[in-house]
Amino acid sequence: MTSALSFIVNGESRSVTAPAEKPLLWVLREDLDMPGTKFGCGAGLCGACTVILDGVAVRSCQTPAGDVAGKTVTTIEGVAALAAGKRVVDAWVDLDVPQCGYCQAGQIMSATALLTETPKPSADEIVAGMVGNICRCSTYIRIERAIRKAAGLGEPA
Amino acid sequence: MSETAALSRRSFLTVSVAAGAAFALEARLALAASDAGVAPSGRELTAYIRIMADNTVVIGSKNPEMGQGIKVMLPMLIAEELDVDWAQVRIEQAAVDPKRYPDQWSGGSMSTPLNWLPMRQAGAAARAMLVAAAARQWGVGAETLRTAQGHVVEPGGRGRRASYAELADAASRGAVPDPAGLKLKDPRDFRIIGRSQKGVDVPKIVRGEPLFGIDVRLPGLVHAALVKCPAIGGTLAHFDDTRARAVPGVLGVFPIASGQAADRRNDALVVIAGSWWTASQARETLDVTWDTAAQAAFSTEGYDRKATALLAGAAQQVFAKTGDADKAIAGAAKVVRADYAYPFLPHATLEPQNCTALWHADGRLEFWVPAQDPEEGRGEVAKVLGIAPEAITIHLTRVGGGFGRRLMSDYMVLAGGAAKSLPGRPVKLIFDRNDDLRNDYYRPAGWHRLTAAIGADNRLLALKDHFVTFGAAGKPLRAAQMSAAEFPVPVLEHVELGQSFLETNLTTGWLRAPTSNAMAFVFQSFLDEVAEAAGKDLPGLMRELLGTARELPAGREGDPAFHTGRARAVIDAVTKSAGWTGARASAPGKGRGFGFYFSHRGYFAEVADVTVAGGQIRVDKIWIAGDIGAHVINPINAEHQSQGAALEGLAQALVMQPVVQADGRVTTDNFGDFPLLRIDGKPAEVALSWVPSDFPPTGLGEPALPPVIPAIANAVRQATGQRLRSLPLRLS
Ligand code: FES
Ligand code: FES
Repeated sequence: MTSALSFIVNGESRSVTAPAEKPLLWVLREDLDMPGTKFGCGAGLCGACTVILDGVAVRSCQTPAGDVAGKTVTTIEGVAALAAGKRVVDAWVDLDVPQCGYCQAGQIMSATALLTETPKPSADEIVAGMVGNICRCSTYIRIERAIRKAAGLGEPA
Repeated sequence: MSETAALSRRSFLTVSVAAGAAFALEARLALAASDAGVAPSGRELTAYIRIMADNTVVIGSKNPEMGQGIKVMLPMLIAEELDVDWAQVRIEQAAVDPKRYPDQWSGGSMSTPLNWLPMRQAGAAARAMLVAAAARQWGVGAETLRTAQGHVVEPGGRGRRASYAELADAASRGAVPDPAGLKLKDPRDFRIIGRSQKGVDVPKIVRGEPLFGIDVRLPGLVHAALVKCPAIGGTLAHFDDTRARAVPGVLGVFPIASGQAADRRNDALVVIAGSWWTASQARETLDVTWDTAAQAAFSTEGYDRKATALLAGAAQQVFAKTGDADKAIAGAAKVVRADYAYPFLPHATLEPQNCTALWHADGRLEFWVPAQDPEEGRGEVAKVLGIAPEAITIHLTRVGGGFGRRLMSDYMVLAGGAAKSLPGRPVKLIFDRNDDLRNDYYRPAGWHRLTAAIGADNRLLALKDHFVTFGAAGKPLRAAQMSAAEFPVPVLEHVELGQSFLETNLTTGWLRAPTSNAMAFVFQSFLDEVAEAAGKDLPGLMRELLGTARELPAGREGDPAFHTGRARAVIDAVTKSAGWTGARASAPGKGRGFGFYFSHRGYFAEVADVTVAGGQIRVDKIWIAGDIGAHVINPINAEHQSQGAALEGLAQALVMQPVVQADGRVTTDNFGDFPLLRIDGKPAEVALSWVPSDFPPTGLGEPALPPVIPAIANAVRQATGQRLRSLPLRLS
């Protein structure tokens, strides 16, 4: 059953006609023409599709569009409008974090959610916040450094 | 090592007019085979440089970018010799054009050695033409002029100065220099090479801009989900798509061929719909029968059983023999015997295989694809679809991870078939994760039975290996071979290397540092056993085997020579930086291991510290010392590639699980069955040091990977007393 769904994406209210069970990932990529959010596994295992839904990092491949109606979604295309998002994105550029870059939208969304919730995360909190995001190129050392930089923490101990 | 006179007479430079450019130079340069010792003769490389009216310089980067940094590195070489400021440079991805860019692929860490000289010569040629133009205008000798930051300056005389943009028009009408006569910069004057330059696409990546193949947008785009024969090589027998075609949004279900089945018979279906999600849902309703009779006998369990049986007998072929290994073993003071094994591995690029194709009304076929080797794809598509290679146009996108997977072109063939089924509509085929994991070109599994003879003087006398690998018609499959010069073979008096073959239906291929990722584990672990038996440590045994600085013969003609002095230098460097004493770690559960490997022209020695606790192996720190020649062109990217390669080696050692096959079918299910390294498994630090040598720079995508695997295995031995001889490493 397709139905009209309205929600806020990156500060703008958007409406789409899509089946309620269609994952938010594909609604973003196909219906809203926002391909920044990535498909990696479709099973909640890699984090490439991470978006922030009402302040919480979620896997958009596991989030039916119907559940998003009336809610607020932030994607990589709009993350720099969030205070923590801007700091994360700047640190990512500054430390040249990406290799292939495919996982990085998801990494940035998870890092932003982490720093929004926990502005000065401990090493364990960084791991807990980021462990759901796979980077096949293994940029993890720079990811950790960039999060610490965005949080105003020094180099890892 | 000479770096001049490396151009043949086929080299030339042409000046052309390009839209918006004040000056556009296209350089076609043939790289001499002798110089860097790497270019197969007859290969050419081209570059383009456009100087714009505002004195920015547009430089085309021709090779696929998959995170290895080539898109920045090639223009750095040109900009250095052109003598412009890096801030003036804009980089463009060059079109796929075999007539202009015959080496337009990324793989084997070959882009650096193949391009180091010609890219600099292209920059130097453009610079020489600009200087000549200024000399003509000012009535002075070209040799009296200098360049800096995109300007020609007159240091003495009237101290005149002109921007490249101002000189461009005159330069484009001047004579084109003979590339062979160009003088290149003294490396002491390098201002770009050797300084970190960040990834050109990073600002776009962090904004989520569409860069990757999977992001391609075209008017009228439709999407295809794949239904592939579950046993590679099997064929489509029958299908009923009644229910699928009834799903709203589905445009059709079409049988297509990947090229993997005999006679290129159909071995897949595509469901095409307005949405990929719709297509992927609709495929669940299909009723399909496959013919997999010829594949059904292949299984992981069967390979293990047959390999064990083969190892017990004599090798089917002996492919390297020196002296008399059997006799040396019979008379040895000590004999070390061990069996090693490693599994099939997929690549699991995070961007799943995908490709967009459009079959035009006139029979032309156009592609948008994240490929490492677009020309290979052109050939495969032409063969399987039966069209002329010239009828194919290819647009390259950024590649969301390659690791060798995208040197193969099955996804292009399949997308081409899908597009042919629906002419006039661009069709984007996306593999889901299981399509991707189950239709890979896998790193082949392998088994080794090794025997070493140690003399009364505790020196290694002889080595014997029986290698069980995958082959057909008496030859190893792709990426299933072993070099006859595998170290320490060339330095031993008595050697016998034999191999026996198993059959498989799985397609095999190159996984980052192919063959080396397995052989480093086997041989550096086994040498660690030899060292232990001889009362030495592995760096000590390696130094003894390497001996004096000299060149060892390559295994095959065209392979690079192995310099023992370069190997020793990186071993010395890493043992120094890690503070290696050879002593056992004092704390319980702690261990330290060493590994060395030479691959892809790079020399790498690595040390790993591990902690084993609660049955878990954790890598605390990795030290790397590498020799990739005289220059590290882009240090920040070199750090990236070395860290990435070392962590991938760590993942191969500890995290990645074997591909599982039953009844001919790979059953591995998503990242649950095939885990990748996550942030909780990263070491606290990867300490990197470079050991420069007097050789042209070589590539870095791969050579830091192999040694970390034995370093970890050898560290686990020290930490636990357990010698783990198969991958992934599992404590018993
Ligand atoms: S695509 Fe959603 S978690 Fe992998
Ligand atoms: S940068 Fe390639 S997957 Fe993370």
